[in-house]
Amino acid sequence: MGLVVENISKSFGKIKVFDHLSFEVDAGSILCVEGKSGEGKTTLLRCLNKLEQVDEGSIFIDGENILQLKDARKIGSKIGLVFQNYNLFPHLTVMENLTITPNYLKIMNKEDVNLKAKKILKSLEIEDKENMYPYQLSGGQKQRVAIARACMLNPAVLCFDEPTSALDEDTSQKISSIIKNLANQGMAIIVVTHDIKFSRDISDLILKLEDGKLNRMQ
Amino acid sequence: MKIFEMLIPMTWEGLKVTMSVFAITLIVSLPLAIFVALLKGSKNKYIYKFTSAYIYVMRGTPLLLQLMFIFFGFHYIPVIGYAFTRYQAIYIAFILNYTAYFTEIIRGGINTIDIGQFEATKVLGMSKSFAFTRIILPQVMKNIIPSLGNEIITLVKDTSLVYILGVTDILKAAKSVSNTYSTFTPYIFVAFVYLGIIAIMTNILSSIESKFDYYR
Repeated sequence: MGLVVENISKSFGKIKVFDHLSFEVDAGSILCVEGKSGEGKTTLLRCLNKLEQVDEGSIFIDGENILQLKDARKIGSKIGLVFQNYNLFPHLTVMENLTITPNYLKIMNKEDVNLKAKKILKSLEIEDKENMYPYQLSGGQKQRVAIARACMLNPAVLCFDEPTSALDEDTSQKISSIIKNLANQGMAIIVVTHDIKFSRDISDLILKLEDGKLNRMQ
Repeated sequence: MKIFEMLIPMTWEGLKVTMSVFAITLIVSLPLAIFVALLKGSKNKYIYKFTSAYIYVMRGTPLLLQLMFIFFGFHYIPVIGYAFTRYQAIYIAFILNYTAYFTEIIRGGINTIDIGQFEATKVLGMSKSFAFTRIILPQVMKNIIPSLGNEIITLVKDTSLVYILGVTDILKAAKSVSNTYSTFTPYIFVAFVYLGIIAIMTNILSSIESKFDYYR
């Protein structure tokens, strides 16, 4: 189980971004997608998260084709995305950023949502930031809050868009061990990055996106 | 002092009119403007064109003319013609006019929100209405309070236009007293009344603005 991508293609007008891509990520493993800027790495993640529509192909998560998912509210529990610039909600505290969606989706009662949020914040070593607002956090802390927010919905697959692009060496290493931990807990992880050292460090498999095709690197 | 014996009660009565036109316009126009702003963002070209035309007409013609049209001219329209009372005409004209201005301010505010905020709500699986009311709108309100404040202050002063339909607001009260006593004093008096109202509004708006200062 995990993520199975079959023959997806994406174009913007006449520009073909990628063509008939197929790959799999098993639950508990980490796939890194490398590639130069403009090769379509972020577009690939956006397609997986349904922020862009693919022209053709299928995306299966735990056997279910998410492109045919009728209830849009279920998307967050299938696949999550940690954005490059985090996209935390600036008017909400860290705790509220984590709890607003599960409370809205009513996936569990409010007390359990709060307990879960505290547990995740603790595991990411930011439990003392729960009442802070995003502007009061460093880049690495915002990154961890964004990861925590995605984890609140227990997605089977979690995607990271350039997770280390704005972080120093030490913080990158912390994020790297957090991502490995998430994989150990059974999530299928996809990381898009141009940080070769980082991808060598964390990945089980590296694919390179080049000229619209994915090539196996490792 | 006799002048004030006439001026103060008349100003008080006029103040009730001024404040009721102001309050009702604000209370109805703001939520309506949020709704129209969403309609204007619609992908349906007919809805977009209709809301654009409405805003164009409301912003492109004077409020005074709109007041006159709704009160004096509306019942001449065949089939749908209906004669509004003075106050109905005043409220309709003010609400339609200010909704158009507020709509453009709110649209501008929505456009200032980073696209990533919308995308985050989508990825998390929030519905559009929940995302708008809980994530987007609070951020929009913070951004638009200064422009909204300007428009609210203009609204206070625009209420003086109701004189055209023979309704006595504070300015018309001053005019009546001025005509009776042949003096400019009532106008100076109501100028201070306006300044007092604006001072209160400015303070309220500043405190609302500072309430949003808790985040950046």
